[in-house]
Amino acid sequence: MDLFDILGPVMVGPSSSHTAGAARIGLMTRLLLGGEPAQVRIGLYGSFQKTYKGHGTDKALIGGLLGMAVDDEKLRDSLRIAADKGLNYSFYNAEARGAHPNTVIMDVDSVEGRHICVQAASVGGGEIIVQSINGLEAGFTGHENTLVVTQKDAKGMIAQISSVLSANALNIATMKVFRRSAGGEAMVIIELDGDAEPSLLECLEKMPGIYHVAYVAGKKEGR
Amino acid sequence: MRTFADYLRDAAKYGSLGKAALHWQAKQDASEEAVHVMRMKDRLQVMRDSAQAGLSPNLRSVSGMVGGQASLMNGEEQLGRFGLLGKAGAYALSIAEYNACMGKIVAAPTAGSCGILPGALLAAQEQDGFSDEELIMALFNAAGVGRIIALQATISGAEGGCQAECGAAAAMAASALVELYGGTPEMSAHACAFALMNMLGLVCDPVQGLVEVPCVYRNVGGVSQALSAAQMALSGIQSPIPADEVILAMKKVGDAMPASLRETGEGGCAACRSVCRG
Repeated sequence: MDLFDILGPVMVGPSSSHTAGAARIGLMTRLLLGGEPAQVRIGLYGSFQKTYKGHGTDKALIGGLLGMAVDDEKLRDSLRIAADKGLNYSFYNAEARGAHPNTVIMDVDSVEGRHICVQAASVGGGEIIVQSINGLEAGFTGHENTLVVTQKDAKGMIAQISSVLSANALNIATMKVFRRSAGGEAMVIIELDGDAEPSLLECLEKMPGIYHVAYVAGKKEGR
Repeated sequence: MRTFADYLRDAAKYGSLGKAALHWQAKQDASEEAVHVMRMKDRLQVMRDSAQAGLSPNLRSVSGMVGGQASLMNGEEQLGRFGLLGKAGAYALSIAEYNACMGKIVAAPTAGSCGILPGALLAAQEQDGFSDEELIMALFNAAGVGRIIALQATISGAEGGCQAECGAAAAMAASALVELYGGTPEMSAHACAFALMNMLGLVCDPVQGLVEVPCVYRNVGGVSQALSAAQMALSGIQSPIPADEVILAMKKVGDAMPASLRETGEGGCAACRSVCRG
């Protein structure tokens, strides 16, 4: 915890968990989608469900999905901006079963026709955890530079991905691998010590067996 | 730098609490102090902008319960009557209401308590002509105090009640005001102790679970506690209980609070008939 965690974040109010955290979840979902969103269904759990209107949680989620940061004053008008941009959105009450009280599940389709389902929780002070992507366990915060690769579950895939990273002089800080079924879709989540260049992401995306590559630059301020 | 005692030792080494905090931050990040001074300058600007924007009489929160009231408090008659306290209260309410109306603010240390520290410092600057550089060092002083409270106790209303949010904010503001007005680091510690001591036990009871009632008014109450604590300390009055012990007492009181009084919107003001939903 540093001094700018105490005097910060700079954010649009009223609540760090219900507004700033929600905007970060929206923005994270946009980055994971990797394109302009065309429609979204948003399920709210627990405290989000009960108080979302008064905290502007709906505006923050949609604003984030439209690319706005936690301190973007356009968050206030995001629902109107969404309508102008032709983003269709709807909210529903999701069932809570042992979920963190500030949990949201977002089903998004991009204009290019890609679909993604992200479940995340706002855990206080504007911090978030991405719990799952398309039903596969995720468990990352977006604090670090994070690479999310969806690929075919096959021999040597992970080795190929990590060799591309090492060829680009990037150190892997942490790595998690999940799969839907043997030989089916798999996902690898890698936190990196350095910055991934767009050329590296393109290179990964072109590799046979890789379905999608998303990159989230870490949120550390001033770095 | 985990306790106020550590903080005072560092202040003796670097010249002031603000300088000690800035030095710590630069060392932590392995970067130049000037970088962090610029970051804090940006924070000060956001604080000042929010204080002005919140004075608009036309603001309304999403629920409609608050907004536009700071402009009433900022009228000439009241400011003439209540002086520095009046201006600080008007700014504290202004920033807190702006937050409730989805305005851009600096959490200090939280969004719900964001009016207290800037309210105190901006009003002091207006009255006594302090420079922005002096305010920036006072903000470092306050951030160091807030960090110690967060490490030793908590700054979350859900964990410790409003004493942890507005209480911490008032303690930070009190310490910062003392440095601004030329008091010693020891006086800042006494001011921190007084502010927190006087807000001990304050519960977090947001009506309808929203950061509106009583939160925005508690920012006004918090800034008055900060000013009085600074006045006592600058007068040479010493807290019989050291700041570190008051901080630990705040944590114990928070631990003893029932969940209904820790940001669940179930007890206290939130349970009052005239504002209860349904």
